[in-house]
Amino acid sequence: MSTTAVGELGSAPALPPPRGPTPVPARRRSTPPVLLAAGVLVALVLLLPLGFLILEAVQDGFSTLRPLLFRALTATLLWNTVSLMVVVTVLCAVIGTAAAWFVERTDLPGRRIWAVLVVVPIGIPDFVTSFGWKSIFPSLGGFAGATLVMTLAVYPLVYLPVAASLRHADPAQEEVARSLGLGRLRTFARVTLPQVRLAMLGGCLLVGLVMLSEYGAFEILGFHTFTTEIYTEFLSGFDAPAACALSLVLVVLSLFLLTGEGLARGRGRPSRTGALAARIPRPHWLGRATLPVLAGFFMLVGLALGVPVGAIVYWILHGGSSTLPTASILTAAGHTIFYSAAAGLVATIAALPVAILSVRHSGRVSTILERSNYLVLAMPGLVIALALTYFSERYAAGFLYQSSTMLIAAYAIMFFPLALVAVRTSVAQAPASLEEVGRSLGRGRLEVLWRLTLPLAAPGLAAAFCLVFLEAVTELTATLVLIPTGAQTLATQFWAFQTNISYGQAAPYAGLMILIAAIPSCVLGRWFDRLPSRSLVAA
Amino acid sequence: MAMAMAMAMAMAMAMAMAMAMAKEASQPRTGDTTRRGRWGAGLIACVVLSCLLAACGGSASSSNSITLYNGQHEQTTDALVARFEKLTGIKVNVRSDDEDVFASQITAEGSHSPADVLFTENSPPLEYLQQKGLLAPVAPSTLAHTPSRYNSPTGHWVGVSARVSVLVYNTRLLTPAQLPTSVMQLADPEWKGKLAIAPGETDFQPIVTSVARTYGNAAALRWLEALKANAGSAHSYPDNETIVDQVNRGQVALGVINQYYWYRERAQVGASNVHSAIVHFAPRDPGYVIDVSGAAALKSSPHQVDAQKLLAFLVSAEGQQIIAHTDSFEYPIASGVITDQPETPLDKLRPNPIGIPALGDGATAIALLQKAQLL
Repeated sequence: MSTTAVGELGSAPALPPPRGPTPVPARRRSTPPVLLAAGVLVALVLLLPLGFLILEAVQDGFSTLRPLLFRALTATLLWNTVSLMVVVTVLCAVIGTAAAWFVERTDLPGRRIWAVLVVVPIGIPDFVTSFGWKSIFPSLGGFAGATLVMTLAVYPLVYLPVAASLRHADPAQEEVARSLGLGRLRTFARVTLPQVRLAMLGGCLLVGLVMLSEYGAFEILGFHTFTTEIYTEFLSGFDAPAACALSLVLVVLSLFLLTGEGLARGRGRPSRTGALAARIPRPHWLGRATLPVLAGFFMLVGLALGVPVGAIVYWILHGGSSTLPTASILTAAGHTIFYSAAAGLVATIAALPVAILSVRHSGRVSTILERSNYLVLAMPGLVIALALTYFSERYAAGFLYQSSTMLIAAYAIMFFPLALVAVRTSVAQAPASLEEVGRSLGRGRLEVLWRLTLPLAAPGLAAAFCLVFLEAVTELTATLVLIPTGAQTLATQFWAFQTNISYGQAAPYAGLMILIAAIPSCVLGRWFDRLPSRSLVAA
Repeated sequence: MAMAMAMAMAMAMAMAMAMAMAKEASQPRTGDTTRRGRWGAGLIACVVLSCLLAACGGSASSSNSITLYNGQHEQTTDALVARFEKLTGIKVNVRSDDEDVFASQITAEGSHSPADVLFTENSPPLEYLQQKGLLAPVAPSTLAHTPSRYNSPTGHWVGVSARVSVLVYNTRLLTPAQLPTSVMQLADPEWKGKLAIAPGETDFQPIVTSVARTYGNAAALRWLEALKANAGSAHSYPDNETIVDQVNRGQVALGVINQYYWYRERAQVGASNVHSAIVHFAPRDPGYVIDVSGAAALKSSPHQVDAQKLLAFLVSAEGQQIIAHTDSFEYPIASGVITDQPETPLDKLRPNPIGIPALGDGATAIALLQKAQLL
């Protein structure tokens, strides 16, 4: 991984040829202690759940855990988990990148609408999607069912960073390649793909990690993975040590993923002279391909969005009756928005020092600091919630337990890696040379950060906020443990009705969740649309 | 109120962030610094303020209120709590989740648990917490309302209601004459692809314990393995609700559930859409088991008096009447209250006479389920 770090340190040649010379490592700048302290603090907080896992697992001793870990079922679960993760990640990489390219770089009719519709599926709770599919195809399940449902649910994790990256990538490189006689496909493969590679890999890493900790969808689809098994141990067995030992297997799997992604990152990084030279890229003309591409988008959105929305409409119409009192849907929506927005903000702000540290001051320490933050995404929500419960009881006499502060902190911890990928990608794309110019003009570090780095990384920061917000909106298991007593979110209310088989009453809550998820996608899309032209004025 | 303010603040924060950045992007590079400084200060102030507000919102507990961790179905609990609050003036804050999550959660919360009372669907979570020493003894006068066979053997929780395990089958796929009379027959190859099970449900464990008690662990294990083969991964469901629903839709022919899930499904889908029926196993069959739902006060609770009042209310005639006449479809078991909702009255049931102590915390059942690789 250290080679990666050196590669990223490159002082950003303005136009790296596809397989050009490796960038010249810049002279190492001294790491500001405040930045380092912030990075260490963030990493420590994010490693709390891992600490809890180890403390709990060793409680039982290895001899007790051995029969549980080494049995035929473990091999089956391992195969299920890994094979599904690989297949879904590859599918998401293809779908997410292709969709982003068509939306950002071509004259696809209705791009602005697609840009929103394509992102919304991530804001649909997995249990809603799975129920939707199950009610249309009751026999859906197993590997094929899980692949279908999960791919449609998580491909936006690749789409969002890649789209942000395409926004920022210099179109001039493609134009030069085209003018030198390279065909469309080869230009895409040799110029565009390398430009978005970091973003795509980051997105794939997120997909892989999210797949490790997914629970709700697999439970409904009857597909057994490590995480469903962990919940079973917690739930039917009251066996926290066993559940924690199994969670450690997930941590090991995610270490493999991180190493793989680190190796794939490789050397060199895309860059451009920055937003100063930004302009609207001339869109590719789709021509005869328009219809098939449009059909593809209709199919994607139809499957990813149409099925769950259809299920919700069906439930509202055929819901039947329930004696469960209807809680105020607006209050629940308010809680959902407040907790999720605050978590998005906290995670994005916390991701900034870690990203700057890893991009601008890369080295062994900052790499380890950055990479350690991803482990948390592979841990089931219940584990993270119980870890916070445990530490607040042990070391803080229950301080802040079941307060909104702790719930927001839990969301920010759980979804921090999403923010980090988005922020890190955009900080990496902002040319360090501009910051050096700023510093050389006598501006302080903070001022350079505020006036140069942040504006340059703005699309990434916004994407980070939205990713965390969207995931937090649908979070359930940790919410049930940590939410202030008496408060409800849309997800907890949906769950309350759904466990009572009151689908008719549950449906409006799911519908509102989807609407709320559409808002940041809309804002993000529109804002992205305006960025280049505004920067043009600045230039 | 504080919540609404905090919400508005969060929205303002997000907008401030977006606007600040949009401004950054649009302004000429020579833009004045003070203006940006203001944005930054405003943003930070917003974050700090909302955090403060959030912290305030979290700590709302007065001396006259208690917190109930509710693992039971919400309708019944809400009805019980509403009446209790009216009678005593004690405010009850209700949290709902799965009873087994609560068991793990209360263990992690330790001596600082915010919970005063725990109300569960089954006895094993209560037995588990009792063995960890986390429950306070129930007042003897409260225990006296419920027949002692339905209470904690050590007096640490009180039985509130009961359910019985039954066979549910699709009436279009099977006739009553084709049905097995013993849970053991479900292991026969003729049910391959037709049987649904929910091995992860806490409701399934008492049946496993009962089979193991009757025929021994080795036979119970063979039985579980056969059940697993018959259900396959296609009909191995996460919960009883799914079993009832899938049987009713004809996706699978039969399954084992607690009787009240079928009544709840009927209330939900309407009698005209019911294509399933329930039937009891033969008297004293190991699959014919009574489960008890119970409640306990936590040892860590600083509100012992109020917590005990809630327990007493749950088993009082008034509390039991609420259970008898809401959509719970469970059997009231205390204060002599009976219900006519389940067709077979409690005293006409002929279950396997296995007691609460034998069901324990379900450890035997869990070990067997793990061995059969159903868990």
